[in-house]
Amino acid sequence: MADVNRGNRPLSPHLTIYRPQFTSVTSILTRITGNALIVGTLLTVWWLIALASGPEYFECANAVMTSWFGKLVMLGSLWALSYHYMAGLRHLWWDSGRGFELDKARTLAIVVVAGSFVLTILALLII
Amino acid sequence: MAEFRLPKNSRMVTGKTWPKPEGATNVRKFQIYRWNEEDGKNPQVDTYFVDLDTCGPMVLDALIKIKTDIDPTLAFRRSCREGICGSCAMNIDGINTLACIYGMDEIKGDVKIYPLPHMPVVRDLIPDLTHFYAQHASIMPWLETKTNRPAKEWKQSIADRKKLDGLYECVMCASCSTSCPSYWWNGDKYLGPAALLHAYRWIIDSRDEATGERLDELDDPFKLYRCHTIMNCAKTCPKGLNPAKAIAEIKQLLVERAA
Repeated sequence: MADVNRGNRPLSPHLTIYRPQFTSVTSILTRITGNALIVGTLLTVWWLIALASGPEYFECANAVMTSWFGKLVMLGSLWALSYHYMAGLRHLWWDSGRGFELDKARTLAIVVVAGSFVLTILALLII
Repeated sequence: MAEFRLPKNSRMVTGKTWPKPEGATNVRKFQIYRWNEEDGKNPQVDTYFVDLDTCGPMVLDALIKIKTDIDPTLAFRRSCREGICGSCAMNIDGINTLACIYGMDEIKGDVKIYPLPHMPVVRDLIPDLTHFYAQHASIMPWLETKTNRPAKEWKQSIADRKKLDGLYECVMCASCSTSCPSYWWNGDKYLGPAALLHAYRWIIDSRDEATGERLDELDDPFKLYRCHTIMNCAKTCPKGLNPAKAIAEIKQLLVERAA
């Protein structure tokens, strides 16, 4: 291939002009929930460390974690965990070579989103 | 690390609005990406108005009409006008497709047209596909054999031939690869859906005798495994093919081979 001088060629637009697809959004959410869970996990670990380090410190940590904001973060984490779990199952299904047809991929995306809410509600009911 | 923002020289500005056709009642608005090397400016988005009563139904018909009647400087690739050459692939209404087989009736509102995403632009709607073609060449897109040549042709059963259906139809338009976010961020090392679909097309060809070498070549964290099954490739393919499935089949073959 001829090594042509590419000069000052611009890069064509990408993220901002490509229409989000149901499948692509549910895909990137897998990564986002996975990363967000790091925060949720660290907070939970902090909570446990506080429990181990004595009643005064625990009281402070517990107040943060059971405040409305702490509860909101934990609820978000619960949903993120459910979503990430469902998306993981979808990857397993795909790894078995199934679910690639466009209609099936769409169904899988619906199952992942719906399943994440069902799991979250189930967990809340059990708690 | 993925670079989400466009480089400074690539950010688009509002361009020229071209006059409406006189006396036309059935007018469609087009917003089209423009860039040329000569004037040294950033890319701009020009606005055109096309009289649909004197224009064919496809997006390519409108582009040709704009070039003929309004602005002869508009540059785009086109050839067969029936979806078999793959030249007129571009981003239309937010997805990659072939302008010649994409009807304007499928688009709501203004028709927005950009070059294939995340590619170096040669001019207007023409992307530089050099690297894309080099990646295709790297997967050895030919029949590789070791045994002696048969007296006539290399034979294949009907069942084995059937395995190539859904693969051989690819016209290398690059719509799939340039729709793939993984290819956007790692296109230098990730082969992308088109090249991988072609790789699979030769891997499962019963007549090919380099299956092992082909799989060795792909067993790489970047070349193959940057595919995260985002599915944009299969959703956008103007020929209705499914590169995501082909990639999954390669992954399965690699697992089976390792077991």
